[in-house]
Amino acid sequence: MDFQWSLFLESLPFLAQGAVVTAQLTVISFVIGLVLGTLGGLARVSKNPVIAGLAVFYVTLMRGVPLLVTLTFLYYGLPSAGIQLSAFTVGILALALTNGAYVTEIVRAGIQSIEPGQMRAARSLGMSYGRAMRRIILPQALRRVLPPLTNEFITLLKNTSLVSTIALTDLLRVGLEIMTWKANTFSPFAGVALFYLCMTLPMQWVNQWVESKYRIR
Amino acid sequence: MHAGTDGGIPMVEIKALHKSFGELKVLQGVDLAVAPGEVVVIIGPSGSGKSTLLNCINLLESFEAGTVRVAGEWIGYMPGSGGARVKQPENHINRMRTHIGMVFQQFNLFPHMTALENIIEAPIQVLDLPRDKAVARAEALLAKVGLSAKAGAYPGELSGGQQQRVAIARSLAMEPNLMLFDEVTSALDPELVGEVLAVLRQLASDGMTMLLVTHEMGFARDVADRVVFMDGGVIVEQGAPAEIFGNPRNDRTRAFLRRLQTH
Ligand SMILES: Nc1ncnc2c1ncn2[C@@H]1O[C@H](COP(=O)(O)OP(=O)(O)OP(=O)(O)O)[C@@H](O)[C@H]1O
Ligand SMILES: [Mg+2]
Repeated sequence: MDFQWSLFLESLPFLAQGAVVTAQLTVISFVIGLVLGTLGGLARVSKNPVIAGLAVFYVTLMRGVPLLVTLTFLYYGLPSAGIQLSAFTVGILALALTNGAYVTEIVRAGIQSIEPGQMRAARSLGMSYGRAMRRIILPQALRRVLPPLTNEFITLLKNTSLVSTIALTDLLRVGLEIMTWKANTFSPFAGVALFYLCMTLPMQWVNQWVESKYRIR
Repeated sequence: MHAGTDGGIPMVEIKALHKSFGELKVLQGVDLAVAPGEVVVIIGPSGSGKSTLLNCINLLESFEAGTVRVAGEWIGYMPGSGGARVKQPENHINRMRTHIGMVFQQFNLFPHMTALENIIEAPIQVLDLPRDKAVARAEALLAKVGLSAKAGAYPGELSGGQQQRVAIARSLAMEPNLMLFDEVTSALDPELVGEVLAVLRQLASDGMTMLLVTHEMGFARDVADRVVFMDGGVIVEQGAPAEIFGNPRNDRTRAFLRRLQTH
């Protein structure tokens, strides 16, 4: 065991900078993933077979390919196709696309968990499909998707560590660099773990609170 | 538009209606006309197509052949040249549905909204009624169904009978010309049936055009202008309640009514 307090404390400011990158990646790709997933979920339940089919294709693709492969493909593959994106953009893209696929399935399940009678009642009052979705179905589905969405947020936050493979100085990458530079593993990595925990713990609390508040009756 | 109740135009006019679910032929040529202000009760065994018939009238279910008109307007499809059917645009049926109220066996109130919010939702969203007007309308309707005290209650806080009365008020808030009721008392505890039937009686005496599917034969006898017996996707017999209940001519009607009595 090579833990040294001095090195641990010395690492913290550097790790904090990495944690900021991790937090940015998480929040930005989560928001994009939410938009993608909501559109995807609506597409999944669409009666238009082309739209529904596209959504199935997207979900199958993103869930079937490991995130690390998506990252590598976008980071090393796109330039050979003449598309140059920064590592940060690639990270956001891969995380958001993958997250969006999982959110798509969460939103689909949420919509389908609402009794069909709700849509029928809304339509019988003259509401268009879109208005019925917006005013009647989605607000009810939202309560049911909140617990799985907070779970997804935690998963996403941890998955951001994979971007350390594409030269993005996130939390994990900073830890790895300190480890190499100082030839010491335990001191920086105690800090890395601590930072991840500090970020995931509040989300776990939110998750528990949401689950108890919106327990399906 | 306010679909006309004047002249000789029937409120509902169904001709040669055919509807299948896959292989299953559910409606096999239904003809039915309902006059403005008429109260028509549909009875028949389970699976005979009663709900499906109601659902075709506001196009919650599409149909393969035949025509449906409400207040003279085509529902879903209109006959084109050479026997072809022309599908009506989506906004047409949305508009027509605002004139056709529907109440369901399972109430289907919106659980995330209070009783009042349930009632004002469609008038505000669909009819563009100003909020204060919609609220005034909703309060009057809640008073009519005896639930003024429950305006702020969520559906989950109401009994089945109260929920169903709110659902009726929600439909009435659109000021429909026609109301469809599909077994609206079947999901209720027996002691709650009466309060909903009382609202229906009131509506009938107000002159609302009503088409009801029900197993409440006593109610049908009292309130119906006409009773329609369906079996196997067709109308087998229809007539005044006294005729149908007192002196049914068709064997299937007789068998159905006899089975009801033994229950
Ligand atoms: N969405 C559907 N998909 C497939 N089959 C259906 C659907 N809705 C109804 N059916 C079938 O169509 C037939 C007629 O159904 P319908 O609900 O119109 O009967 P009903 O006369 O209302 O019966 P009940 O008295 O039980 O309500 C039944 O055999 C039913 O199983
Ligand atoms: Mg039925």
